[in-house]
Amino acid sequence: MPDARISVPPSVARGKPFEVRIIIRHAMETGYRTDESGKSIPRNVIRTFTCRYNGDVVFSARMSSGIAANPYLRFFVTAKDSGQLAFEWVDDNGVRGSDSAAVTVV
Amino acid sequence: MTTSLQSRPSRTRRRLLQSAAAVALVPWLPANAAADELPEIPALSAFLAGRKPRLARVHLTLPQLADNGQTVPMKVSVDGPFGPGPRVTAINLFSEANPVPEMAVFEFPVAVDRAEIDSRVRLATTQRIVAVATMSDGALYATAAEVIVTIAGCMDGT
Repeated sequence: MPDARISVPPSVARGKPFEVRIIIRHAMETGYRTDESGKSIPRNVIRTFTCRYNGDVVFSARMSSGIAANPYLRFFVTAKDSGQLAFEWVDDNGVRGSDSAAVTVV
Repeated sequence: MTTSLQSRPSRTRRRLLQSAAAVALVPWLPANAAADELPEIPALSAFLAGRKPRLARVHLTLPQLADNGQTVPMKVSVDGPFGPGPRVTAINLFSEANPVPEMAVFEFPVAVDRAEIDSRVRLATTQRIVAVATMSDGALYATAAEVIVTIAGCMDGT
């Protein structure tokens, strides 16, 4: 079951920043909503998101219920060597998600 | 003589146009003023801890009017290039009226040549959003943007 959609350019120029886009499938429950029976739905949002480039953290985000459902992030990473971007996120329930994308530096 | 007679009505017309333009501009003043000073947000004051960010270099792009507060496109960027000088290490987002004022923190553990982030935010109601950029030398830069929200993003039963 894919939990994220990632977009990275097919090839990137060494030393130049390149665009990374990711959408994670997650309800980002605010904790302020109630279900049909009037019971409050507990808060469950992605708290932390990290992006590693060949093992090194290059970008991270700490989020709250102020980020919309199915969080979308677009940011830039400076190209160094070909390799992998690894994404990881953790929500309030401690559920971890991860995904990765290949980076080809020319 | 004829010229002065002709110029009199035109001067009146100019004055009329000027006052009309002034009246038309008045509703925009609060929106412009939003960029000149930061709103009072306790979480922001706690974060700043007395430090005064310079209202420069940071750009926060949000729609002036958001039909649906559930998902509002947001772009925040810090003017570069940074070169060998101080670089951006973090960008904090604060909300004036959301139940959770600390909306997000974006961190750059390594130098990034383009400090620009797009995301989508949830807004409880019409409010101002503040973005504060922290540089590696401790300098702070900030900006604020106002969004009018017609449908609230948080149903909290109130």
